[in-house]
Formats: sequence, C-alpha cells, structure tokens
Amino acid sequence: MIAALVLLAVVVLVVLWIIGAYNGLIGLKNNVANAWKQIDVQLKRRHDLIPNLVNTVKGAMDFERNTLEAVIAARNKAVNATGVAATAKAEGELTQALGRLFALTEAYPNLKATGNVAQLQEELTSTENKIGFARQLYNDVATEYNTRQATFPTLLVAGLAKATPAELWQITDDTERAVPTVDLSTTKPAP
Amino acid sequence: MTEAANLFAQQESNRRRSTWLVIGFIVFFAWVGFGGDLAFGLLTADAPPGAYHHVVPVLGIFTTLMAAGICWYSWRFGARQVLWATGAREIVDPATPEERQLVNVVEEMAIASGLPKPKVYVVPDDDPNAFATGRDAATASIAVTQGLLRTLSRDELQGVVAHEMAHVQNLDVRLMTLLAGMVGAIALMSDGMGRMIRGSRGVTLGRSAEREEGKGGNPLAIVLLVFWLLTLIVAPIVSRILAMAVSRKREYLADATGTQFTRNPLALASALEKLEAASAPTRSITQGAAHLCIVDPAPGLLASREGFLADALASHPPIRQRIIRLEGMGYQQAKREVAAAQPEPTLSAVPPTRAPGA
Repeated sequence: MIAALVLLAVVVLVVLWIIGAYNGLIGLKNNVANAWKQIDVQLKRRHDLIPNLVNTVKGAMDFERNTLEAVIAARNKAVNATGVAATAKAEGELTQALGRLFALTEAYPNLKATGNVAQLQEELTSTENKIGFARQLYNDVATEYNTRQATFPTLLVAGLAKATPAELWQITDDTERAVPTVDLSTTKPAP
Repeated sequence: MTEAANLFAQQESNRRRSTWLVIGFIVFFAWVGFGGDLAFGLLTADAPPGAYHHVVPVLGIFTTLMAAGICWYSWRFGARQVLWATGAREIVDPATPEERQLVNVVEEMAIASGLPKPKVYVVPDDDPNAFATGRDAATASIAVTQGLLRTLSRDELQGVVAHEMAHVQNLDVRLMTLLAGMVGAIALMSDGMGRMIRGSRGVTLGRSAEREEGKGGNPLAIVLLVFWLLTLIVAPIVSRILAMAVSRKREYLADATGTQFTRNPLALASALEKLEAASAPTRSITQGAAHLCIVDPAPGLLASREGFLADALASHPPIRQRIIRLEGMGYQQAKREVAAAQPEPTLSAVPPTRAPGA
C-alpha cells in the first residue's frame, strides 16, 4: 500500500517536472523567435531607408557611381539572404558599404547642409545601433536556450519539445571585430 | 545568470524599500497627528469640567488619512507631478534633428535593455541634466534638458539615456518618484503646522501658565509636546537626507548598468565630464526632484567631496569619482578585447621586461 503510494507520488512528480521543463523550453524557444523578430524589424527598416539615401545623394555624387552601386548590390543581397549566418554575413557587408558611402559624403559639405542627408544618416545610424542591440539580446536569449536544451536533465525533454540549437549571430565583419589598439604606455605614471 | 539574479535582487529591494517608505510615511504622519492629540488631551485633562477636553483624536485621523492620500497621489500622479514641476514637454512628433536623435537613442536603449520604450520629454533649460521618473517600466518617462541635447555628442547622449534606462529597469524610479512626492508633502506640512503652532502658541502658553499657578502642569504632557514639536522641525531635514541617501549609491550602480547596455563606458564618462564643466544650476529642477537627476542640479560646495558630511548631505556622489570608475571600466574592457584578440595567453601585450639571454 505504502509502496504504491510512494510510486504514485514519484510518478506525479516526474510528470510535473516534465511539464515544467517542456514549458520552460517552449518559452525560451518563443523568446528566441521574438528576439529574432526584433532584429528583422530593424533590418527591414534599414533596407527601406537605403534607396531613399541613394536617391538623395545620387545627383551630387554622380561620379562616385561605384560606391553607390556597391551599396545597392549589398542591400539587394541582404534583402534576399535567409538564415542567421547568411543574413549576418550579408548585413555585415552592407554595413561596410554604407560606411564607405558615409565616409565619402564627408567630402561634400553642401550635401550634408541640405539636411536631408544628415537626417537619413541619423536614421541609418540609429537603425544600425538598434540592430546591434537587438543582436546582443538575440544572442543572449539564444545562448540560454541552447544551454538549457543541451544540459542534463532538460536534455531529456528536448526531443519532446522539438528543440534544436538556435544559430547565433556571429560577427563576420572584420572591421567590427577589429580591436582598437590600446597604447598602455601613456597610462603609466612616469618613473 | 548572475546579472539577472543581481537585477532581480535590486528590483526586489526597491519594491521592499518603496513599501517601507510608504509605511514609514504614514506612521510618521499618524505620530504627528495622534501625538498632538495626546499632548492636547493630557493638557486639557485636568481642566475644569466646563472647559474644552480634547478627547476625540481628530488631528490624528486627519493626518493619517492625509498621509494615505498623499501616498496614493504620489503613486498615481507622482511622475506627472515631477514632469509638470520641471516644465517638461513630451516629444510625440520630433520637430528638430536633435529631438529626432533623442527619440532614436531612447528607442535604441529600450531595445538594449529589453524594456518597452519610455515616453520622452525635453525640459526647456540651458543647463545639461537628465532624469527618469515613473512607477515601473511601462509608465516610465525619460526627460533631458535642452542644454543636454545641445552639449552632448550622439554617443554621450546614448550613455546618459542608458544611465536613465538603468534607473527604470531596476525600479529606482519607483522609489525616487514616491520620495519626490513625499518630500514635497512633508515640506508643505512642516510649513503649515509651523504656522498653526506659531498662531496658537500664545493661547497654549497662556493656559499652561494659568495652570502653573494652580498645581503645576502635567510634566508628561510637556515632554510629549516638546518631542512632538521637535519631530515637526526635524522632519523636513530628515526627509531630505533620506532622499539623498537613497539616491547616492544608485548613481554608481546606474552608471554600471547603463554601461552594460551601451558597452561604451567612456562615452558616459565624457558626458559626465561635460556635465561637470557646465556647473551652473539647473533652474527648472526644484529641490524636491533633485535626487532624480543624473547630476546634482544645484551643485554646492559638497559636490566634489567624499566623506561623512558630503555623504550625509549631497544627493549625488562626486562626479570625479564616477568618471574614474567609468574610465576604469573602459580600461578593463579594452584589456579584455586585447586578450580576446589573442586567444593564446601570451604576454606580448606586456612590454618585454626581461628578454631571454639579454
């Protein structure tokens, strides 16, 4: 009798734990999807802003055709990219192309003076920042999800919850990864 | 994980402190009311049968209800009150590039912190300063002065907004906004009661002097009365000190948390540098809301000191100290990045002190 009761209690506990672990995994999975959505919204906004920018600067920078075309090509490639890794790579290239374009606009003071370019530049900078921060969030959430599904004992219900590791957004852009050189000698007090 | 646990602990501590603040506030007002009732009751206890006997504690009931009312009001409308008092205006549709940038930066920090976007306000004041207010993340507002928008670069503005978002995230805003409402109420009450007592002193003293001739007044009543008066005089000072003590430690913490959002401690350090340089008082921000601001709106002699007196009386830690800590973080970050760039732990970053064989 007592043995049966103990057995029943154990079974109930196990079932409760399975439900809890399963729901936890599904919750994390949704967080990952949600964090990705946040990035997606910002990426879309960025893609929408670029044609505006190109049209605005086209007249004044006609002879910088190569740079403009590089931006457009990079944008189109980024729009069509699917999957985390491919998107990350394409967006990294787009960031670089845009960086070159903005560096060039510095040489056209009257272009910035019209206001429109400055405004578009602010919008694109902000969108890029938002992508960056959304990426932090996505990577944090995805890492937690990956860790949870790969560690014991949640590992046991990972198959049940159809949990597969989420891909992290790797920084493929070399310029982004580059570390500013720090000269430590200047911070040292003079002997 | 530890960060999350840390944040949770902070939020919990702020919730608890807010509750205690409300309880303490109501108890204090009840003491002011019922204590006065008791003193007057004892004073009039041995009055002749026909004279006035103070039996029903009207004062106590009145002040307790009033305190509860003030708490409710601070909870419900405290943020609006603070914003109104500074003359802040909400930016719904950004008109200038500067406002556009501010709204963008706030949106960025909302994403970085994972919170809903707070309302954005601009205070028409030339001195650079900023504050956040609200009950929680959903009702939060961030306000910056016109001067701040003009003075700071984009990165610096981001640092300041991140600092304010940190206050919102760990629920500092709740405690601070409640405090702002209460400090104001206590100051008002102290003034009002002081006037009442000054007005009625002649009568009370006259009566006790009369009784003194008879059989010498009730000493307990006198002691109680003195103690009660003392509370009234000290209350506004204590409440101010409380407000400041509560805000000082939080500034370091918000600097650190904000840095986690931007990953750019040096931008906030240089923003603080600029805020320190513009040491003119922020006129739009009154004393009652001083503890909400990123830097003390009315820097006095104590602003640049650390120590017992400054600890007790200044609402903010010295800016220098905050800048030094932030620069330390920047240095640590750079060091980590250098280390990350060189996976194998060679000591090549360190100048070769002893070359082999040399």
